[in-house]
Amino acid sequence: MAAPQELTFHEFEVATDQLAETPGAAAISSLEELQGHVSLAVDKEDQEDGELVENDQTQLLGGEKQSPKFWTFSYHQSFFDVDTYQVLERIKSSLLPAPRQNFVKHCLRHHPDLYGPFWICATLAFTLAVSSNLSTLLQSWSQSSFSYSPQFHKVTVAGITIYCYAWLVPAALWGFLQWRKGVRERVGCYTFLETVCVYGYSLFIYIPTVVLWLIPISGLQWFFGVLAVSLSGAVLLLTFWPLVRSDTKVVSAVLLTVMVALHALLAIGCKIYFFQSLPSRSVPVTQAPLHQATAPGSSRTSAAS
Amino acid sequence: MAEADELTVGETATKSGFLGLSDVSISEDIPVEGEITVPMASHSQDEDYSTLDEPVRETIIRDLKAVGKKFVHVMYPKKSNALLRDWDLWGPLVLCVSLALMLQGGSADSKEDGGPQFAEVFVIIWFGAVVITLNSKLLGGTISFFQSLCVLGYCVLPLTVAMLVCRLVLLASMGPINFLIRLIVVIAMFAWSTLASTAFLADSQPPNRKALAVYPIFLFYFVISWMILTFTPH
Repeated sequence: MAAPQELTFHEFEVATDQLAETPGAAAISSLEELQGHVSLAVDKEDQEDGELVENDQTQLLGGEKQSPKFWTFSYHQSFFDVDTYQVLERIKSSLLPAPRQNFVKHCLRHHPDLYGPFWICATLAFTLAVSSNLSTLLQSWSQSSFSYSPQFHKVTVAGITIYCYAWLVPAALWGFLQWRKGVRERVGCYTFLETVCVYGYSLFIYIPTVVLWLIPISGLQWFFGVLAVSLSGAVLLLTFWPLVRSDTKVVSAVLLTVMVALHALLAIGCKIYFFQSLPSRSVPVTQAPLHQATAPGSSRTSAAS
Repeated sequence: MAEADELTVGETATKSGFLGLSDVSISEDIPVEGEITVPMASHSQDEDYSTLDEPVRETIIRDLKAVGKKFVHVMYPKKSNALLRDWDLWGPLVLCVSLALMLQGGSADSKEDGGPQFAEVFVIIWFGAVVITLNSKLLGGTISFFQSLCVLGYCVLPLTVAMLVCRLVLLASMGPINFLIRLIVVIAMFAWSTLASTAFLADSQPPNRKALAVYPIFLFYFVISWMILTFTPH
Protein backbone atom coordinates (compact mmCIF):
# COMPACT_ATOMS: atom_id res chain seq x y z
CA MET A 1 0.00 0.00 0.00
CA ALA A 2 2.77 2.37 0.83
CA ALA A 3 4.59 1.86 -2.46
CA PRO A 4 1.86 2.99 -4.89
CA GLN A 5 1.12 5.92 -2.64
CA GLU A 6 4.71 6.98 -2.73
CA LEU A 7 4.75 6.52 -6.48
CA THR A 8 1.72 8.67 -7.09
CA PHE A 9 2.92 11.27 -4.66
CA HIS A 10 6.31 11.63 -6.32
CA GLU A 11 4.71 11.65 -9.71
CA PHE A 12 2.52 14.49 -8.66
CA GLU A 13 5.52 16.52 -7.51
CA VAL A 14 7.40 15.88 -10.71
CA ALA A 15 4.34 16.78 -12.70
CA THR A 16 3.91 19.99 -10.82
CA ASP A 17 7.50 20.92 -11.49
CA GLN A 18 6.94 20.39 -15.16
CA LEU A 19 3.68 22.22 -15.34
CA ALA A 20 4.62 24.94 -12.87
CA GLU A 21 3.48 28.03 -14.63
CA THR A 22 1.08 29.45 -12.13
CA PRO A 23 1.98 30.17 -8.54
CA GLY A 24 -1.07 28.17 -7.65
CA ALA A 25 0.73 25.03 -8.58
CA ALA A 26 3.31 25.37 -5.81
CA ALA A 27 0.52 26.09 -3.38
CA ILE A 28 -1.16 22.89 -4.40
CA SER A 29 1.90 20.76 -3.78
CA SER A 30 2.35 22.10 -0.28
CA LEU A 31 -1.33 21.55 0.32
CA GLU A 32 -1.00 18.00 -0.86
CA GLU A 33 1.90 17.44 1.48
CA LEU A 34 -0.33 18.35 4.39
CA GLN A 35 -3.27 16.41 3.19
CA GLY A 36 -1.38 13.77 1.30
CA HIS A 37 -2.37 10.71 3.19
CA VAL A 38 -5.93 11.91 3.53
CA SER A 39 -6.60 12.48 -0.12
CA LEU A 40 -4.82 9.40 -1.23
CA ALA A 41 -6.40 7.16 1.32
CA VAL A 42 -9.88 8.31 0.31
CA ASP A 43 -9.78 7.25 -3.27
CA LYS A 44 -9.78 3.70 -4.26
CA GLU A 45 -9.63 4.96 -7.77
CA ASP A 46 -5.95 5.16 -7.13
CA GLN A 47 -5.60 2.04 -9.12
CA GLU A 48 -6.51 3.85 -12.28
CA ASP A 49 -4.02 6.53 -11.49
CA GLY A 50 -1.54 3.90 -10.49
CA GLU A 51 -1.90 2.35 -13.89
CA LEU A 52 -1.64 5.71 -15.54
CA VAL A 53 1.42 6.48 -13.48
CA GLU A 54 2.99 3.15 -14.27
CA ASN A 55 2.27 3.63 -17.92
CA ASP A 56 3.93 7.00 -17.78
CA GLN A 57 6.89 5.54 -15.98
CA THR A 58 7.22 2.70 -18.42
CA GLN A 59 6.90 5.16 -21.22
CA LEU A 60 9.59 7.29 -19.70
CA LEU A 61 11.83 4.27 -19.24
CA GLY A 62 11.00 2.88 -22.65
CA GLY A 63 11.87 6.22 -24.15
CA GLU A 64 15.49 5.27 -23.68
CA LYS A 65 16.80 4.00 -26.97
CA GLN A 66 16.25 0.39 -27.72
CA SER A 67 18.84 -0.79 -30.17
CA PRO A 68 17.27 -0.48 -33.66
CA LYS A 69 16.53 -3.55 -35.67
CA PHE A 70 18.68 -4.72 -38.54
CA TRP A 71 16.28 -3.72 -41.29
CA THR A 72 15.66 -0.19 -40.13
CA PHE A 73 17.55 2.71 -41.61
CA SER A 74 18.76 3.99 -38.26
CA TYR A 75 20.57 0.72 -37.61
CA HIS A 76 22.77 1.30 -40.60
CA GLN A 77 23.01 4.98 -39.88
CA SER A 78 24.78 4.16 -36.64
CA PHE A 79 27.74 2.89 -38.64
CA PHE A 80 28.20 6.17 -40.43
CA ASP A 81 28.13 8.25 -37.29
CA VAL A 82 31.59 9.71 -37.74
CA ASP A 83 32.90 13.19 -38.28
CA THR A 84 35.59 14.26 -40.70
CA TYR A 85 38.27 14.64 -38.05
CA GLN A 86 37.53 11.17 -36.69
CA VAL A 87 38.00 9.56 -40.08
CA LEU A 88 41.25 11.47 -40.59
CA GLU A 89 42.46 10.44 -37.15
CA ARG A 90 41.72 6.79 -37.87
CA ILE A 91 43.55 6.97 -41.17
CA LYS A 92 46.56 8.53 -39.49
CA SER A 93 46.80 5.87 -36.83
CA SER A 94 46.51 3.14 -39.42
CA LEU A 95 49.59 4.53 -41.11
CA LEU A 96 51.76 4.75 -38.02
CA PRO A 97 51.90 1.70 -35.81
CA ALA A 98 52.20 2.77 -32.19
CA PRO A 99 53.06 -0.05 -29.81
CA ARG A 100 51.16 1.35 -26.90
CA GLN A 101 48.02 2.33 -28.76
CA ASN A 102 45.77 -0.42 -29.91
CA PHE A 103 43.90 0.74 -33.01
CA VAL A 104 40.64 -0.74 -31.91
CA LYS A 105 40.74 0.41 -28.33
CA HIS A 106 42.30 3.79 -28.92
CA CYS A 107 40.71 4.95 -32.14
CA LEU A 108 37.55 3.02 -32.60
CA ARG A 109 36.49 2.97 -28.96
CA HIS A 110 33.59 0.63 -29.65
CA HIS A 111 32.38 2.91 -32.38
CA PRO A 112 33.39 1.25 -35.64
CA ASP A 113 32.32 2.90 -38.84
CA LEU A 114 31.75 1.54 -42.30
CA TYR A 115 32.44 4.80 -44.13
CA GLY A 116 36.22 4.42 -44.00
CA PRO A 117 36.47 0.80 -45.16
CA PHE A 118 33.97 1.22 -47.97
CA TRP A 119 35.38 4.38 -49.52
CA ILE A 120 39.00 3.41 -48.98
CA CYS A 121 38.34 0.18 -50.87
CA ALA A 122 36.55 2.06 -53.66
CA THR A 123 39.36 4.59 -53.95
CA LEU A 124 41.97 1.86 -53.95
CA ALA A 125 40.18 -0.11 -56.67
CA PHE A 126 39.93 2.90 -58.99
CA THR A 127 43.44 4.07 -58.18
CA LEU A 128 44.79 0.62 -59.03
CA ALA A 129 43.02 0.60 -62.38
CA VAL A 130 44.09 4.15 -63.27
CA SER A 131 47.71 3.62 -62.18
CA SER A 132 47.92 0.34 -63.98
CA ASN A 133 46.69 1.95 -67.18
CA LEU A 134 49.10 4.87 -66.79
CA SER A 135 52.06 2.60 -66.12
CA THR A 136 51.29 0.55 -69.23
CA LEU A 137 51.12 3.82 -71.13
CA LEU A 138 54.42 5.06 -69.72
CA GLN A 139 56.22 1.84 -70.51
CA SER A 140 55.01 1.48 -74.06
CA TRP A 141 55.02 5.19 -74.88
CA SER A 142 58.17 5.12 -76.92
CA GLN A 143 57.53 1.88 -78.74
CA SER A 144 56.61 2.15 -82.36
CA SER A 145 53.83 -0.36 -82.25
CA PHE A 146 52.12 1.44 -79.44
CA SER A 147 48.36 1.78 -79.47
CA TYR A 148 46.62 2.94 -76.40
CA SER A 149 43.85 0.92 -74.86
CA PRO A 150 41.90 1.97 -71.78
CA GLN A 151 41.83 -1.54 -70.28
CA PHE A 152 38.60 -0.89 -68.49
CA HIS A 153 38.16 -4.48 -67.37
CA LYS A 154 40.89 -3.88 -64.81
CA VAL A 155 38.46 -1.76 -62.80
CA THR A 156 36.20 -4.78 -62.38
CA VAL A 157 39.06 -7.07 -61.43
CA ALA A 158 40.54 -4.59 -58.98
CA GLY A 159 37.18 -3.89 -57.38
CA ILE A 160 36.33 -7.53 -56.85
CA THR A 161 39.78 -8.33 -55.44
CA ILE A 162 39.88 -5.47 -52.99
CA TYR A 163 36.35 -5.88 -51.73
CA CYS A 164 36.75 -9.63 -51.32
CA TYR A 165 39.92 -9.12 -49.35
CA ALA A 166 38.44 -6.40 -47.18
CA TRP A 167 35.34 -8.41 -46.28
CA LEU A 168 36.14 -12.12 -46.50
CA VAL A 169 39.44 -12.07 -44.65
CA PRO A 170 38.03 -10.20 -41.62
CA ALA A 171 35.05 -12.55 -41.66
CA ALA A 172 37.34 -15.58 -41.58
CA LEU A 173 39.51 -14.01 -38.92
CA TRP A 174 36.55 -13.11 -36.75
CA GLY A 175 35.10 -16.59 -37.11
CA PHE A 176 38.40 -18.15 -36.18
CA LEU A 177 38.78 -15.92 -33.12
CA GLN A 178 35.25 -16.68 -32.01
CA TRP A 179 36.02 -20.36 -32.22
CA ARG A 180 39.21 -19.95 -30.21
CA LYS A 181 37.28 -17.94 -27.65
CA GLY A 182 35.01 -20.90 -27.21
CA VAL A 183 37.95 -23.25 -26.81
CA ARG A 184 40.10 -21.14 -24.51
CA GLU A 185 38.32 -18.58 -22.47
CA ARG A 186 40.96 -15.95 -22.12
CA VAL A 187 41.23 -15.30 -25.81
CA GLY A 188 39.39 -12.10 -26.59
CA CYS A 189 37.57 -11.14 -29.71
CA TYR A 190 36.57 -7.95 -31.41
CA THR A 191 33.18 -7.58 -33.00
CA PHE A 192 32.87 -8.35 -36.69
CA LEU A 193 32.52 -4.70 -37.61
CA GLU A 194 35.59 -3.69 -35.64
CA THR A 195 37.60 -6.31 -37.54
CA VAL A 196 36.27 -5.07 -40.87
CA CYS A 197 37.07 -1.54 -39.80
CA VAL A 198 40.68 -2.39 -38.91
CA TYR A 199 41.24 -4.15 -42.21
CA GLY A 200 39.59 -1.38 -44.19
CA TYR A 201 41.70 1.35 -42.67
CA SER A 202 44.85 -0.74 -42.98
CA LEU A 203 44.36 -0.76 -46.75
CA PHE A 204 44.72 3.00 -46.88
CA ILE A 205 48.50 2.91 -47.19
CA TYR A 206 48.23 1.08 -50.48
CA ILE A 207 46.68 4.13 -52.14
CA PRO A 208 49.83 6.28 -52.14
CA THR A 209 51.89 3.14 -52.74
CA VAL A 210 49.98 2.37 -55.90
CA VAL A 211 50.46 5.92 -57.13
CA LEU A 212 54.17 5.72 -56.38
CA TRP A 213 54.40 2.47 -58.33
CA LEU A 214 54.08 4.58 -61.46
CA ILE A 215 57.78 5.30 -61.15
CA PRO A 216 59.24 2.74 -63.52
CA ILE A 217 62.30 1.88 -61.42
CA SER A 218 61.79 -1.69 -60.29
CA GLY A 219 63.91 -1.51 -57.15
CA LEU A 220 62.04 1.54 -55.93
CA GLN A 221 58.71 -0.17 -56.55
CA TRP A 222 59.68 -3.15 -54.43
CA PHE A 223 60.98 -0.83 -51.73
CA PHE A 224 57.66 1.02 -51.55
CA GLY A 225 55.78 -2.25 -51.54
CA VAL A 226 57.80 -3.66 -48.68
CA LEU A 227 57.42 -0.41 -46.74
CA ALA A 228 53.64 -0.41 -47.16
CA VAL A 229 53.25 -4.06 -46.21
CA SER A 230 55.44 -3.68 -43.14
CA LEU A 231 53.67 -0.55 -41.88
CA SER A 232 50.13 -1.84 -42.25
CA GLY A 233 51.15 -5.34 -41.24
CA ALA A 234 52.60 -3.90 -38.05
CA VAL A 235 49.33 -2.10 -37.33
CA LEU A 236 47.39 -5.32 -37.83
CA LEU A 237 49.79 -7.28 -35.65
CA LEU A 238 49.69 -4.76 -32.85
CA THR A 239 45.91 -4.70 -33.01
CA PHE A 240 45.43 -8.43 -32.82
CA TRP A 241 48.33 -9.36 -30.56
CA PRO A 242 46.48 -8.62 -27.28
CA LEU A 243 43.74 -11.00 -28.33
CA VAL A 244 45.84 -14.02 -29.11
CA ARG A 245 48.51 -13.39 -26.51
CA SER A 246 46.86 -15.80 -24.13
CA ASP A 247 46.45 -18.55 -26.69
CA THR A 248 48.91 -21.32 -27.32
CA LYS A 249 52.13 -20.21 -28.94
CA VAL A 250 51.59 -22.33 -32.03
CA VAL A 251 48.12 -21.05 -32.77
CA SER A 252 48.97 -17.40 -32.19
CA ALA A 253 52.13 -17.61 -34.26
CA VAL A 254 50.33 -19.30 -37.13
CA LEU A 255 47.45 -16.83 -37.02
CA LEU A 256 49.63 -13.75 -37.06
CA THR A 257 51.83 -15.18 -39.79
CA VAL A 258 48.84 -15.97 -41.95
CA MET A 259 47.45 -12.45 -41.46
CA VAL A 260 50.66 -10.77 -42.53
CA ALA A 261 51.15 -13.26 -45.35
CA LEU A 262 47.70 -12.54 -46.79
CA HIS A 263 48.35 -8.82 -46.56
CA ALA A 264 51.65 -9.21 -48.37
CA LEU A 265 50.07 -11.53 -50.91
CA LEU A 266 47.53 -8.85 -51.79
CA ALA A 267 50.28 -6.33 -52.39
CA ILE A 268 52.42 -8.71 -54.42
CA GLY A 269 49.47 -9.93 -56.45
CA CYS A 270 48.41 -6.39 -57.30
CA LYS A 271 51.94 -5.46 -58.23
CA ILE A 272 52.37 -8.44 -60.52
CA TYR A 273 48.97 -8.31 -62.19
CA PHE A 274 48.43 -4.59 -62.56
CA PHE A 275 51.98 -3.40 -63.05
CA GLN A 276 53.37 -5.97 -65.42
CA SER A 277 56.61 -4.98 -66.99
CA LEU A 278 56.02 -5.32 -70.69
CA PRO A 279 58.37 -7.23 -72.98
CA SER A 280 61.35 -5.00 -73.59
CA ARG A 281 62.30 -3.40 -76.87
CA SER A 282 65.30 -5.67 -77.31
CA VAL A 283 63.12 -8.29 -79.05
CA PRO A 284 61.32 -6.30 -81.73
CA VAL A 285 61.32 -9.22 -84.17
CA THR A 286 58.95 -11.35 -82.15
CA GLN A 287 56.80 -8.35 -81.23
CA ALA A 288 55.98 -7.09 -84.71
CA PRO A 289 54.10 -10.13 -86.05
CA LEU A 290 52.22 -10.41 -82.75
CA HIS A 291 50.89 -6.89 -83.00
CA GLN A 292 50.04 -7.26 -86.64
CA ALA A 293 47.95 -10.31 -85.99
CA THR A 294 44.25 -9.69 -86.39
CA ALA A 295 41.38 -11.23 -84.47
CA PRO A 296 42.10 -14.90 -85.13
CA GLY A 297 45.56 -14.33 -83.72
CA SER A 298 44.40 -12.31 -80.76
CA SER A 299 44.46 -15.32 -78.51
CA ARG A 300 48.10 -15.73 -79.37
CA THR A 301 48.85 -12.13 -78.49
CA SER A 302 47.16 -12.33 -75.12
CA ALA A 303 48.87 -15.60 -74.33
CA ALA A 304 52.27 -14.22 -75.31
CA SER A 305 51.96 -10.99 -73.32
CA MET B 1 -7.29 33.85 -12.57
CA ALA B 2 -6.30 33.56 -8.94
CA GLU B 3 -9.89 33.06 -7.85
CA ALA B 4 -10.35 30.33 -10.33
CA ASP B 5 -7.26 28.67 -8.95
CA GLU B 6 -8.56 28.85 -5.41
CA LEU B 7 -11.76 27.20 -6.48
CA THR B 8 -9.88 24.46 -8.19
CA VAL B 9 -7.57 24.13 -5.21
CA GLY B 10 -10.56 23.35 -3.10
CA GLU B 11 -11.64 20.75 -5.54
CA THR B 12 -8.30 19.05 -5.60
CA ALA B 13 -8.55 18.30 -1.94
CA THR B 14 -11.38 15.96 -2.62
CA LYS B 15 -10.26 14.55 -5.92
CA SER B 16 -7.13 12.49 -6.45
CA GLY B 17 -3.91 14.36 -6.83
CA PHE B 18 -3.12 13.72 -10.42
CA LEU B 19 -6.51 14.51 -11.88
CA GLY B 20 -6.74 17.63 -9.80
CA LEU B 21 -3.59 18.90 -11.37
CA SER B 22 -5.18 18.91 -14.78
CA ASP B 23 -7.84 21.20 -13.41
CA VAL B 24 -5.18 23.65 -12.36
CA SER B 25 -3.53 24.01 -15.67
CA ILE B 26 -6.70 24.51 -17.72
CA SER B 27 -9.19 26.98 -16.44
CA GLU B 28 -12.75 26.00 -17.18
CA ASP B 29 -13.92 29.55 -17.80
CA ILE B 30 -12.17 30.08 -21.06
CA PRO B 31 -13.83 28.14 -23.81
CA VAL B 32 -11.66 26.70 -26.47
CA GLU B 33 -12.90 27.67 -29.83
CA GLY B 34 -11.56 28.30 -33.22
CA GLU B 35 -11.26 26.72 -36.59
CA ILE B 36 -9.38 23.68 -37.43
CA THR B 37 -7.99 23.97 -40.89
CA VAL B 38 -5.77 21.38 -42.39
CA PRO B 39 -3.01 23.09 -44.31
CA MET B 40 -3.19 21.60 -47.74
CA ALA B 41 -0.68 21.81 -50.55
CA SER B 42 -1.36 24.83 -52.63
CA HIS B 43 -3.95 23.93 -55.16
CA SER B 44 -3.03 25.62 -58.34
CA GLN B 45 -5.36 25.97 -61.20
CA ASP B 46 -4.54 22.38 -62.01
CA GLU B 47 -7.36 21.46 -59.71
CA ASP B 48 -9.82 22.84 -62.16
CA TYR B 49 -8.68 20.76 -65.07
CA SER B 50 -6.55 17.67 -64.91
CA THR B 51 -3.49 17.46 -67.05
CA LEU B 52 -4.82 14.26 -68.52
CA ASP B 53 -6.93 16.08 -71.05
CA GLU B 54 -4.34 18.41 -72.46
CA PRO B 55 -2.71 17.64 -75.78
CA VAL B 56 0.43 15.52 -75.64
CA ARG B 57 2.49 18.26 -77.26
CA GLU B 58 1.80 20.54 -74.29
CA THR B 59 2.87 17.90 -71.80
CA ILE B 60 6.07 17.21 -73.63
CA ILE B 61 6.90 20.88 -74.06
CA ARG B 62 6.25 21.54 -70.39
CA ASP B 63 8.53 18.71 -69.35
CA LEU B 64 11.19 19.79 -71.83
CA LYS B 65 11.06 23.31 -70.45
CA ALA B 66 11.52 21.99 -66.94
CA VAL B 67 14.50 19.91 -68.02
CA GLY B 68 15.97 22.84 -69.92
CA LYS B 69 15.57 25.14 -66.94
CA LYS B 70 17.49 22.68 -64.83
CA PHE B 71 20.26 22.48 -67.40
CA VAL B 72 20.62 26.24 -67.13
CA HIS B 73 20.77 25.98 -63.36
CA VAL B 74 23.59 23.46 -63.62
CA MET B 75 25.62 25.55 -66.02
CA TYR B 76 25.27 28.62 -63.82
CA PRO B 77 25.12 27.10 -60.36
CA LYS B 78 23.57 29.54 -57.98
CA LYS B 79 21.83 28.60 -54.83
CA SER B 80 18.38 28.09 -56.19
CA ASN B 81 15.85 25.57 -55.10
CA ALA B 82 14.47 24.77 -58.50
CA LEU B 83 16.74 21.80 -59.01
CA LEU B 84 15.95 20.40 -55.62
CA ARG B 85 12.29 21.11 -55.30
CA ASP B 86 11.00 19.89 -58.64
CA TRP B 87 13.26 16.98 -59.21
CA ASP B 88 12.94 14.80 -62.23
CA LEU B 89 15.08 12.06 -63.68
CA TRP B 90 14.54 12.72 -67.39
CA GLY B 91 17.58 14.92 -67.67
CA PRO B 92 19.93 12.44 -66.00
CA LEU B 93 18.59 9.65 -68.18
CA VAL B 94 19.15 11.61 -71.38
CA LEU B 95 22.62 12.67 -70.27
CA CYS B 96 23.61 9.18 -69.19
CA VAL B 97 22.40 7.55 -72.40
CA SER B 98 24.09 10.13 -74.62
CA LEU B 99 27.36 9.86 -72.67
CA ALA B 100 27.28 6.07 -72.86
CA LEU B 101 26.54 6.19 -76.59
CA MET B 102 29.38 8.61 -77.21
CA LEU B 103 31.78 6.43 -75.25
CA GLN B 104 31.05 3.55 -77.59
CA GLY B 105 33.12 2.84 -80.57
CA GLY B 106 36.48 2.96 -78.94
CA SER B 107 39.14 0.76 -80.39
CA ALA B 108 41.38 -1.76 -78.77
CA ASP B 109 43.67 -4.59 -79.66
CA SER B 110 41.51 -7.18 -78.06
CA LYS B 111 37.98 -6.98 -76.95
CA GLU B 112 38.70 -7.01 -73.22
CA ASP B 113 41.22 -4.25 -73.40
CA GLY B 114 38.81 -1.69 -74.67
CA GLY B 115 37.02 1.11 -73.04
CA PRO B 116 33.85 0.79 -71.04
CA GLN B 117 30.88 -0.78 -72.75
CA PHE B 118 27.46 0.87 -72.77
CA ALA B 119 26.23 -1.20 -69.85
CA GLU B 120 29.34 -0.45 -67.82
CA VAL B 121 28.93 3.31 -68.22
CA PHE B 122 25.24 3.09 -67.42
CA VAL B 123 25.83 1.00 -64.31
CA ILE B 124 28.68 3.18 -63.10
CA ILE B 125 26.66 6.36 -63.40
CA TRP B 126 23.43 5.12 -61.86
CA PHE B 127 24.90 2.77 -59.29
CA GLY B 128 27.48 5.38 -58.36
CA ALA B 129 24.79 8.02 -57.91
CA VAL B 130 22.69 5.68 -55.75
CA VAL B 131 25.67 4.80 -53.58
CA ILE B 132 26.61 8.44 -53.09
CA THR B 133 23.02 9.31 -52.21
CA LEU B 134 22.86 6.47 -49.68
CA ASN B 135 26.17 7.59 -48.26
CA SER B 136 25.01 11.15 -47.76
CA LYS B 137 21.76 10.00 -46.21
CA LEU B 138 23.55 7.62 -43.86
CA LEU B 139 25.85 10.43 -42.79
CA GLY B 140 22.80 12.33 -41.68
CA GLY B 141 21.98 14.45 -44.70
CA THR B 142 18.58 16.04 -44.98
CA ILE B 143 18.16 15.81 -48.70
CA SER B 144 15.76 13.26 -50.09
CA PHE B 145 16.82 10.27 -52.15
CA PHE B 146 15.49 11.36 -55.53
CA GLN B 147 16.52 14.97 -55.12
CA SER B 148 20.09 13.88 -54.65
CA LEU B 149 19.92 11.51 -57.63
CA CYS B 150 18.49 14.37 -59.68
CA VAL B 151 21.30 16.76 -58.76
CA LEU B 152 24.05 14.21 -59.36
CA GLY B 153 22.56 13.23 -62.69
CA TYR B 154 22.11 16.78 -63.94
CA CYS B 155 25.66 17.72 -62.93
CA VAL B 156 26.95 15.19 -65.46
CA LEU B 157 26.03 17.80 -68.10
CA PRO B 158 29.45 19.55 -68.16
CA LEU B 159 31.15 16.20 -68.63
CA THR B 160 28.82 15.31 -71.49
CA VAL B 161 29.77 18.60 -73.11
CA ALA B 162 33.42 17.67 -72.54
CA MET B 163 32.83 14.31 -74.24
CA LEU B 164 31.29 16.07 -77.23
CA VAL B 165 34.25 18.43 -77.45
CA CYS B 166 36.69 15.51 -77.16
CA ARG B 167 35.02 13.61 -79.96
CA LEU B 168 35.16 16.67 -82.17
CA VAL B 169 38.80 17.31 -81.32
CA LEU B 170 39.64 13.68 -82.05
CA LEU B 171 38.42 14.11 -85.60
CA ALA B 172 41.60 16.09 -86.15
CA SER B 173 45.01 14.45 -86.16
CA MET B 174 46.26 12.74 -83.02
CA GLY B 175 49.22 14.19 -81.24
CA PRO B 176 50.34 15.69 -77.99
CA ILE B 177 48.57 19.01 -78.63
CA ASN B 178 45.39 17.09 -79.27
CA PHE B 179 45.80 15.31 -75.97
CA LEU B 180 46.62 18.52 -74.14
CA ILE B 181 43.46 20.22 -75.38
CA ARG B 182 41.38 17.26 -74.32
CA LEU B 183 43.10 17.14 -70.93
CA ILE B 184 42.42 20.81 -70.25
CA VAL B 185 38.79 20.58 -71.34
CA VAL B 186 38.13 17.47 -69.27
CA ILE B 187 39.80 18.90 -66.18
CA ALA B 188 37.82 22.13 -66.48
CA MET B 189 34.51 20.31 -66.91
CA PHE B 190 35.33 17.94 -64.06
CA ALA B 191 35.92 20.89 -61.77
CA TRP B 192 32.68 22.50 -62.97
CA SER B 193 30.65 19.34 -62.32
CA THR B 194 32.09 18.82 -58.88
CA LEU B 195 31.62 22.43 -57.86
CA ALA B 196 28.08 22.53 -59.22
CA SER B 197 26.94 19.42 -57.39
CA THR B 198 28.75 20.46 -54.23
CA ALA B 199 26.97 23.80 -54.32
CA PHE B 200 23.65 22.02 -54.32
CA LEU B 201 24.37 19.12 -52.03
CA ALA B 202 26.84 20.31 -49.43
CA ASP B 203 24.38 22.45 -47.55
CA SER B 204 22.19 19.54 -46.68
CA GLN B 205 24.95 17.84 -44.71
CA PRO B 206 25.77 18.34 -41.06
CA PRO B 207 28.61 20.86 -40.93
CA ASN B 208 31.34 18.64 -39.54
CA ARG B 209 30.76 15.95 -42.15
CA LYS B 210 30.73 18.00 -45.32
CA ALA B 211 34.09 16.68 -46.48
CA LEU B 212 32.94 13.12 -45.92
CA ALA B 213 29.94 13.69 -48.17
CA VAL B 214 31.79 15.66 -50.85
CA TYR B 215 34.67 13.22 -51.36
CA PRO B 216 32.56 10.45 -52.96
CA ILE B 217 31.12 13.01 -55.37
CA PHE B 218 34.67 13.97 -56.31
CA LEU B 219 35.56 10.31 -56.86
CA PHE B 220 32.44 9.75 -58.98
CA TYR B 221 33.12 12.60 -61.38
CA PHE B 222 36.81 11.68 -61.45
CA VAL B 223 35.96 8.20 -62.69
CA ILE B 224 33.64 9.60 -65.37
CA SER B 225 36.32 12.11 -66.41
CA TRP B 226 38.83 9.30 -66.65
CA MET B 227 36.53 7.35 -68.93
CA ILE B 228 36.12 10.43 -71.13
CA LEU B 229 39.81 11.25 -71.24
CA THR B 230 40.92 7.74 -72.13
CA PHE B 231 38.50 7.41 -75.01
CA THR B 232 40.32 6.61 -78.21
CA PRO B 233 38.49 6.23 -81.49
CA HIS B 234 39.28 3.90 -84.36
